[in-house]
Amino acid sequence: MKKKWSNSGLKAWLYLLPAILFLGVFMVYPLADVFVYSVEEGYHSASQTYFGVGGYNYSYVLHDPYFLQAVKNTFLLVIITVPLSTAIALLISVGLYSVRPLRNLLQTVYFLPYVTNTLAVGLVFMILFQKTPYSDGFANLVISWFGGESVDFISGPYWAKMFVLCFYTIWVVMPFKILILTSALASVDQSYYNAARVDGTSGFRIFRRITLPMISPMIFYLVITGFIGAFKAYSDAVALFGTDLNAAEMNTIVGYVYDMLYGDSGGYPSYASAAAIILFAIVLTITCINLLVGKRNAWK
Amino acid sequence: MKVVLQNLTKKFPGRDRKKRGDVTAVNDFTFEIPDGKLIGLLGPSGCGKSTTLNLISGLLKPTSGRIFFGDEDVTDLPPEHRGIGLVFQNYALYPHLTVRQNILFPLENLKGKDRLSKEEMRAKADEAAKLVQIGELMDRRPGELSGGQQQRVAIARALVKRPRVLLLDEPLSNLDARLRLQTREEIRRIQRETKITTIFVTHDQEEAMSISDMIVVMKEGLVQQMGRPQEVYDNPANLFVAKFLGTPPINVFEGRMKNGKLYIGGDAVMDIGHPGKLAGTAMAPGTERDVHVGIRPEGFLLQEDGPFACELAGIEVMGRDISVISRNRASLSPAIRSIVGTEHMDRLIPLEEKRSGVTETQEHDRTVRFSLVPGKVFLFDRETGERIL
Repeated sequence: MKKKWSNSGLKAWLYLLPAILFLGVFMVYPLADVFVYSVEEGYHSASQTYFGVGGYNYSYVLHDPYFLQAVKNTFLLVIITVPLSTAIALLISVGLYSVRPLRNLLQTVYFLPYVTNTLAVGLVFMILFQKTPYSDGFANLVISWFGGESVDFISGPYWAKMFVLCFYTIWVVMPFKILILTSALASVDQSYYNAARVDGTSGFRIFRRITLPMISPMIFYLVITGFIGAFKAYSDAVALFGTDLNAAEMNTIVGYVYDMLYGDSGGYPSYASAAAIILFAIVLTITCINLLVGKRNAWK
Repeated sequence: MKVVLQNLTKKFPGRDRKKRGDVTAVNDFTFEIPDGKLIGLLGPSGCGKSTTLNLISGLLKPTSGRIFFGDEDVTDLPPEHRGIGLVFQNYALYPHLTVRQNILFPLENLKGKDRLSKEEMRAKADEAAKLVQIGELMDRRPGELSGGQQQRVAIARALVKRPRVLLLDEPLSNLDARLRLQTREEIRRIQRETKITTIFVTHDQEEAMSISDMIVVMKEGLVQQMGRPQEVYDNPANLFVAKFLGTPPINVFEGRMKNGKLYIGGDAVMDIGHPGKLAGTAMAPGTERDVHVGIRPEGFLLQEDGPFACELAGIEVMGRDISVISRNRASLSPAIRSIVGTEHMDRLIPLEEKRSGVTETQEHDRTVRFSLVPGKVFLFDRETGERIL
């Protein structure tokens, strides 16, 4: 009997081996290694030597104005884009769900950005926002129609740049959210709506008391993945403002990590690791808070 | 509240593009449902019974025809103004709300002068919960309830606004056999207590027969027959109704009316000689006519010199009675099922043993002979299926 048990245990491990190897080499080891780097003080990448172990790297990173700027940018981006994009996606999904004619066409239109090349998107945003010697960009054209003063969105004031970054991020994440939400809406059983109709429930109340709670697991999923995705933002900023993000005041935490490793001022894996660990701690905390809030409101 | 359907018709646009034309789910219904009764809409799936229910509820608009509640024409009223309670087949309880919140939901929708105070709402919800006996479950969520309990909550939610008409769509189909028996009594009791006109849809004839004051048998969008369950059972209007009602089902044979006698196969099984008894076409003496003969299982009497001979295929002892399974060339189904009293046991057992090959002898030894009970035998036209006798 005992032999049989250990035998079956062995088999289980055998089956798990490919996944364990893969995850171990590409996930667990790098994670642990990053942590080790982050506490090695004065690490020199060429000679692979370091002076000692301690929290100096963290202290350096936390006092670095570029890092603080990156944290501020990232948090602003997260706080603005996650709720806004989810809310707009919800509105559009409900709209898509309630129109009958052209629904398929509209769904395709809203999903197109998802399959569009990032560079093409970047180009479009250039046309929309960039000031060149020949044109002020489409956005400024609109502003001037309303009698406003033209703004340089790409290399102008901080708020204008942040606006473009948020706009871009929201626009890019929208298709996926709409896709998820329209399928969530479609999965709500029609009989709930019929029951509500028989009871004379107003449209708004149906949405608030029935639709929203029914699709709340999906909204919750989108918020969590949205938070994580926005905290990891980097390429969007590069697409808009170029690679020298520190100079543009538009760096993000991931951007800071990258700069510390490979950028012009790079070559500091210890600082990069410390920043990465700090980002990890932030994302972990936020996700835990999310899960706690979600659990309290869950009904299933 | 009396419910009257007048020439009610519902057509759905055909999905199939090649076959143009609409699908008629409900075809020219006219019937009146008396006040305070429990009515069962009965028919096989796809016969339009759920569509009829949805027309009465207002979730669907009829293509033509009128619906009246009492004297009021409600055809153009939206569902919320008709004063109906609807219980869905899957109950449609809101899973994120507690039982109490579910029952309160319809009350919270009321606006203006109809709006009740918090205490009144609570009292009404408690009253409805008490009626269906779920008082102790008020703070649970639907997911934590059994099927039967969910059913009760759904009924309470439908009743809390005191509807004029209560509609139940396949109320028992999601319950297991034991619960089904219990719940149907429960529906009967609730209906008796509230005296609300109740219409329920089912494909289970036993369910409909057992609790309805009146059943409406439907097929392919047409009303076949309506009446008290026993009436319809004893007096089916056509072969479809006769076949649809009763367990075990009625046995159907090919038969022939000749010289005032009914022949099945070669046997003259019954006298039908009185011309006065024949509905429709009066038959001149000497004419013959092919018919379908329907005989209820309880219409067979075991008799040694009975006129109707069948070959015994087996017996099933039920305790209360015996189910005799036999064969006959003229039967439309492979097995004829008849129910006889247990006093025939001694006679049937030896036959049964012969059949099972213990003592294989000549064929006529396995023959069982029946005489037929006149009121349990119906004759139907071969083509139309309409009842002749």
